[in-house]
Amino acid sequence: MLSFLLRRLMQTVPILVAVAGLIFVLFSVIPGSFESSLMDDGKSMIDEQTVQRIRKELGLDQPVAVRFVRYVGSLATLDLGTSFRTRQPVTTVIAERLWPTLKLALAATLFAVVLGIPLGFLAAMRPGTLIDSASMVVAVSGLSLPKFWLGLLLMYLFALTLGWLPSFGYGNGGISHLILPAIALGVSPLGLLARTTRAAVLDIMNADFVRTARSKGMSEVRVVRWHLARNALVIVLTTVGLQFGSVIGQAVVVEKLFAWPGLGSLLVDSVSLRDIPVVQGCILTLVLFFLVVNLVVDVLAALVDPRIRYT
Amino acid sequence: MKIRVNLWLGAVLFVTVVLAGILAPWLAHTDPVMDANLMNAETPPGAEFWFGTDAQGRDIYSRVLHGARISLTVGIVTQLINTVIGVALGMSAGYWGGWWDDVVSGLTNMMLAIPSLVFALAVMAILTPGLTSLLIALGLTNWSHTCRLSRAATLSVRNQGYIRAAQVLGFSDLHIMMREVLPNIAGPIIVIGTLGMGGAVLAEASLSFLGLGIRPPYPSWGSMLSDARDQITTAPWVSIFPGLAIFITVLGLNLLGDGLRDILDPQDRARRS
Repeated sequence: MLSFLLRRLMQTVPILVAVAGLIFVLFSVIPGSFESSLMDDGKSMIDEQTVQRIRKELGLDQPVAVRFVRYVGSLATLDLGTSFRTRQPVTTVIAERLWPTLKLALAATLFAVVLGIPLGFLAAMRPGTLIDSASMVVAVSGLSLPKFWLGLLLMYLFALTLGWLPSFGYGNGGISHLILPAIALGVSPLGLLARTTRAAVLDIMNADFVRTARSKGMSEVRVVRWHLARNALVIVLTTVGLQFGSVIGQAVVVEKLFAWPGLGSLLVDSVSLRDIPVVQGCILTLVLFFLVVNLVVDVLAALVDPRIRYT
Repeated sequence: MKIRVNLWLGAVLFVTVVLAGILAPWLAHTDPVMDANLMNAETPPGAEFWFGTDAQGRDIYSRVLHGARISLTVGIVTQLINTVIGVALGMSAGYWGGWWDDVVSGLTNMMLAIPSLVFALAVMAILTPGLTSLLIALGLTNWSHTCRLSRAATLSVRNQGYIRAAQVLGFSDLHIMMREVLPNIAGPIIVIGTLGMGGAVLAEASLSFLGLGIRPPYPSWGSMLSDARDQITTAPWVSIFPGLAIFITVLGLNLLGDGLRDILDPQDRARRS
């Protein structure tokens, strides 16, 4: 088990370094990315001398290799640079937006899991029936719905017309503000989870060992609980984990719609304002999350299914 | 005979949207950008304006039709770019193996670690806003899925007899890849390409919604929804139709992809009981 964990860690770290390198190349080396943040429609708003002075201040006049080494070094000390706009350390800016995004992602994933897995299970237990078709129609519709459209419709219905829930913002951190964004974000993973669960359960239902168990006279309830659920668990667990990771990335649009103060809306605002250090920091944080979630999912899957420990 | 509902329904929806886009100049009632009459601003749907008007008095029906052109163009072109890059990298990696395979696999793993929308945002941050930048940004985001698939498919085909025979006969690697490998791995690639197109349409709409894609006044479904948010109390109908258009398009593509998968991907056929 430990060697599995170590192996996975060794695979993860190079990816993170490679992403950091890619982000660095994208933003620091491609000419014009700094200048374009000071320009409006191609015309510089500031005179040449001041631009040079700012470049020197921000350390952008050093050769590329020096800058990259300094960047990696500062990453190791968790120093992500200083925001161009607010002059605050990027780490501070990101830290205060971290929890709202996590909360939203968790809520959305919970919503998807609680509704999606039973739906997929139900469809698989009665394949080919109306229930099966109806569930899958719901699932594929959920996958195809634009999140911001659903969010707008939910906002109009529940917040503005019925007045049951607030229409935007974080509020004091209570549940009522969380519900609408979580649903808007969670419908798509719900669809995917339902389909994956259905496929996984169907796969196992047709497997030999289930047929053996039934022909041995095992009761249906025990078959479901012992064989089906446990074997499907691995696939479903992996999908849930992956969905949680990707939901963090997809939260961007929902956060902007509901004015949710998370990493996603920070990223969008920083991109609009060309605040490069914050953009870099956000992307690295999101990627780090995704990789950590993947790692945890792999370890959990290996715990449940010992066969995985040898891959 | 089994009626493949997925395939036909998806095809019908998608073709409808494509036709709406192609025929937009003839089906639309007004010019989507220029015909803005403030006197008509925020009129509810009715006889004259089928879908109502927005805050500038533009006919939403016409804008939705013209929006189809933009959204579909972006969706199709970006998915084509993604597919070409993905197949080129994946097929060559699977065929040649060795260090090139390591490089491509490393690149693919790296791209898979970055959420696609986040990467598209990052690229848009350094390019000037516009249609070309959008095509580049989205075209560089999703190739990793196609790449992984092509690589796996190529690996499974690589040791077949006909490949060996072609090699012995002296055909060049490029010839073998294009004429022998590619036709045999085309099925899953077409499926993922169709599904990816749906994702690309959603991604374009998301970026335009965030103000980083197609900018107003050009009619993009995403930017129309962004405007709709500001008018949700005064003109709620503005929110309905662009979103519905996106939904129908993506649903059609998803169903079409599922239907194609039923036909083209033999592994999955066994699962459909």
